[in-house]
Amino acid sequence: MQPLIKVENLCKRYARRSLLGAGEELLALDRVSFTILPGTTLAIVGESGSGKSTLALCLACLEHPTSGGIWFAEKEIANLSENELRKCRPQIQLIFQDPANSLNPRWNALEILLEPLAVQNKSTRAEMKHRASFLLERVGLSPEILKRSANELSGGQRQRLAIARALALEPKLLILDEALSALDCSVQAQIANLLLELQSSLGMTYLFITHDLAMAAHFADEIAVMNRGRIVEHGPAQKVLQQPGNETTRQLLAAIPRMSNATLPVPER
Amino acid sequence: MPVLEIQNLHVAYSSREGTELQALAGAGFALQQGEILGVLGESGSGKSTLAAALVKLLPPSGRITKGAVLFEGQDLLQANSEELRRVRGARIATIFQEPSLALHPTMRVGKQVHQVLAAHSAAGNGALRELTQETFSMLFSGDADRVAKSYPHQLSGGQRQRVLIAQAIVCHPSVIIADEPTASLDPTTQMEILGVFRTLQRKLALAMIFITHNPALLAGFADRVLVLYGGRVVECGPAEAVLASPQHPYTRALFKSIPANLEQGTNARKMKLPAIPGDASSLPQEGCSFEPRCTERMDTCRERRPALVNFAAAHTVSCFRCEK
Repeated sequence: MQPLIKVENLCKRYARRSLLGAGEELLALDRVSFTILPGTTLAIVGESGSGKSTLALCLACLEHPTSGGIWFAEKEIANLSENELRKCRPQIQLIFQDPANSLNPRWNALEILLEPLAVQNKSTRAEMKHRASFLLERVGLSPEILKRSANELSGGQRQRLAIARALALEPKLLILDEALSALDCSVQAQIANLLLELQSSLGMTYLFITHDLAMAAHFADEIAVMNRGRIVEHGPAQKVLQQPGNETTRQLLAAIPRMSNATLPVPER
Repeated sequence: MPVLEIQNLHVAYSSREGTELQALAGAGFALQQGEILGVLGESGSGKSTLAAALVKLLPPSGRITKGAVLFEGQDLLQANSEELRRVRGARIATIFQEPSLALHPTMRVGKQVHQVLAAHSAAGNGALRELTQETFSMLFSGDADRVAKSYPHQLSGGQRQRVLIAQAIVCHPSVIIADEPTASLDPTTQMEILGVFRTLQRKLALAMIFITHNPALLAGFADRVLVLYGGRVVECGPAEAVLASPQHPYTRALFKSIPANLEQGTNARKMKLPAIPGDASSLPQEGCSFEPRCTERMDTCRERRPALVNFAAAHTVSCFRCEK
């Protein structure tokens, strides 16, 4: 089977200029390479500053990499023109951590859902409205949400709405950038179930970016661990978790709060 | 005598349309000196209202309609603003979630901690500077001087959180209330900060209320755990007991919905998590608040509200199924 996504030697440099003195360079991505098979989930785990979000932005074509290549369905997408990107963007959608920041607070749910359809000039208004209702149902929201504005919804409802909007253009790849991290534990379970169900019924491919290894363990087929812009470990989820080969992975595993720690006190610092 | 005792606390918010939302409906517990009480609650449970109400820092739309907050024997809810000012920050300190929002962006952090001391102490600058230095040494050891001279943006998330902790402990309070203090931190930093709290608990005999929605954070950390749902305490007991054998259906359902593949191996990977259906946005007016989402509900749960009863030694639950 051909991979849906292939990333090869991806590098991203940011130039940082301070007010006084020389500028410095930040290498946010350092020769990152991986592939994702269709219908599977690759989890990217790492702490802040590891480069995970930069990776998300590059894959979503919201940032141009400094060097290296990204292939989507065997088509090179890292250096496309804006016009060509327009054709490719509907297939790769991004869900952010904080839906409060990615959903327009002044719009109601209907307008939020219609926007991607309108931008892509896909159908008549009646058809779009019908699709909006269908999408809401698909993510477990009731149609009466259509009239409500984003800031009237709970965290879980907003994230469901963000997923519905992402699904509007029938993407093949969903990039979830800490999409569950800001939610309550019980709501994380609901949204995780929704995502798993969508994967199994629609064959969605996921790039699941998180610092929550426990959720990655549940969700992912493969796990890649990032540290300072590089992938330091990558393999099947089970293997990475049970036989970590890298110190970063071991540290991340050790830092997971576990219910079974109830009899082991947290060490003093 | 417990250092802090909350009795039957009721808090309501009035909305612009004039309706009243009951955020806390009779929450009560006692905090002993030197103990870490974990308050476990999700959105809508009333946990942040609790944190604010304890020191009377509710927003204008919030009102404490009933109850008492006894601090060292005195009811804070009856105190005047001068008495409250002496308590807040000095005797009861609060640490909130977002360190980047709580710190002044253009003031060095050493000065920001010094300010807290100066607001509550009549001592001279020399003495205050020494106390500030001591606090920084406790939290930053060898790095203390460099950090004290830094601005917030020059520090990492974990360091900023330690600065907030410094502000909280510098006046040697009896109680610290921390509302999701590690929510914005990476996992390794999170563990570090929990370790810092434990050190402070031991060194300063601090009593602490640690509010979180993540039960796993409380394992190996809290001495007792209290579970809030719909503005009420539904379970409370020794941490080991509540975390290892929860009794309330909500507590049990919550723990089950957390992925635990790391312990169980990967048999359950990519299977549906047993999530609690629905949400806590509309609570029933009568009967048990959790009844609409409860898989163990009985007829009586819709008619009457269960009281908090003793299930085992110091372990209370409010569920008809646990009443003998």
